[in-house]
Amino acid sequence: MTSGHESVFPLVLHGLSFSRNGQRIIDDVSLAIDARVRSVIIGANGAGKSVLMRLMHGLLRPTAGQITWCGREERPRQQAMVFQRPVMLRRSALGNVLYALQLAGMARPQRLEWARLALTRVGLAAVARRPARVLSGGEQQRLALARAWALEPQILFLDEPTASLDPGATAEVEVLIRNIADSGTKIVMTTHNLGQAKRLADEVIFLHRGRVVEYTPADEFFRKPRSTEAHAFMKGELPWM
Amino acid sequence: MGTLTESLATAFALIGAMDAKLAAIVLLSLRVSLTATLLATLVGLPIGATLAVGRFPGRQVIGVVLNGFMGLPPVVVGLLIYLLLSRAGPLGEYGLLFTPGAMIIAQTVLITPIIAALTRQVIEDSWREYQEQLRSLGATPLRASFTLLWDARFSLFTAVLAGFGRAAAEVGAVMIVGGNIDGVTRVMTTTIALETSKGDLPLALALGFILITLVLLLNTGVHVTRQWAVRRYG
Repeated sequence: MTSGHESVFPLVLHGLSFSRNGQRIIDDVSLAIDARVRSVIIGANGAGKSVLMRLMHGLLRPTAGQITWCGREERPRQQAMVFQRPVMLRRSALGNVLYALQLAGMARPQRLEWARLALTRVGLAAVARRPARVLSGGEQQRLALARAWALEPQILFLDEPTASLDPGATAEVEVLIRNIADSGTKIVMTTHNLGQAKRLADEVIFLHRGRVVEYTPADEFFRKPRSTEAHAFMKGELPWM
Repeated sequence: MGTLTESLATAFALIGAMDAKLAAIVLLSLRVSLTATLLATLVGLPIGATLAVGRFPGRQVIGVVLNGFMGLPPVVVGLLIYLLLSRAGPLGEYGLLFTPGAMIIAQTVLITPIIAALTRQVIEDSWREYQEQLRSLGATPLRASFTLLWDARFSLFTAVLAGFGRAAAEVGAVMIVGGNIDGVTRVMTTTIALETSKGDLPLALALGFILITLVLLLNTGVHVTRQWAVRRYG
């Protein structure tokens, strides 16, 4: 639907800041994020991971700085986001995917076939007609991935996508994230699970108190983090003590 | 105690015999209150959803006024509609006063704030849950409103039911704008008030039973539907 169109990359953050109730949550972040590689944002609770992602996706407005997509300020539509807790409408699994396709402007005749394909890709074809909200947590998150994937976004944001799931469901979701990345969609995800970050990350954005402390290739980051904060975080130390 | 027993016996006899006069009163009541509920739902749902999802100046004020209007006294609504519909009033030329149409208008005005305010509460809760996802998918506020109304349809039954309950139970508004004319604008509540003051308790009691039974049946129906919906849709 959107593939083959011109690229929205690089996604560049210019001195981005975000404050809420006088508290600075994101503090002067500048980044250039390119296509293809899987970027994982890690950091302690309250470091600003989710907020940074919502700023990039356009759900929040920065209080200072700006975001550009391939040099333009306009927010491209070829992006999607999957949240920690999947939000499903009270309709069938298939209906939830159809709804997203409709909002994306896909013509009616194409939608059904496309939505079925999307469910098949995440292994949910058998429950297409079941109401989405009675599916298990893992199935709902896979459905959320199917819904996002069906939009063929150039970039997919994932906010702690496995934080509410058991290990089995987590493994399934990780496989799907890989498949989505392999299909050509840029992945940007947050996690507080270091093992998951190691498994999925090509590059790591390490956030500490709203600032990007490190932005390095994953193998380098996990072998030998440059900053003392990242070093402490990896060792499970509490850097503020 | 003797009066009560006698009245009860006569009341059940009237119900059992499907008394024509009784049936006409019950049917008119249902016609007026159900039509008013339908109209108030058509107006109240969009208002409630707009207030829940929209971001415009005055939203808070309108919300507070709406909540206050949930407790509008029926007699006052009746009086206002009376003034509007009376011969000298701005809508006097339509000759609606003392017709079922006037009663429908009065009850619609009475219960629209109830349905709108309850809808707003329901939709505000779902908006809190769905907001990020719907905005992420590119839904406009208008589109989101309709999506949420449909998604919360079973919870909204309760809002509509509250409106119907209020309409079916009120006396003041229909009494004033309908005039309680025998065979034309006489409904259950106005008949109960009249017959009680005349001392004809059996008819009043029979109507009282029917009214309560109807409201109970409707509530049960909605309750069962909601239970089913929660099991079915989560």
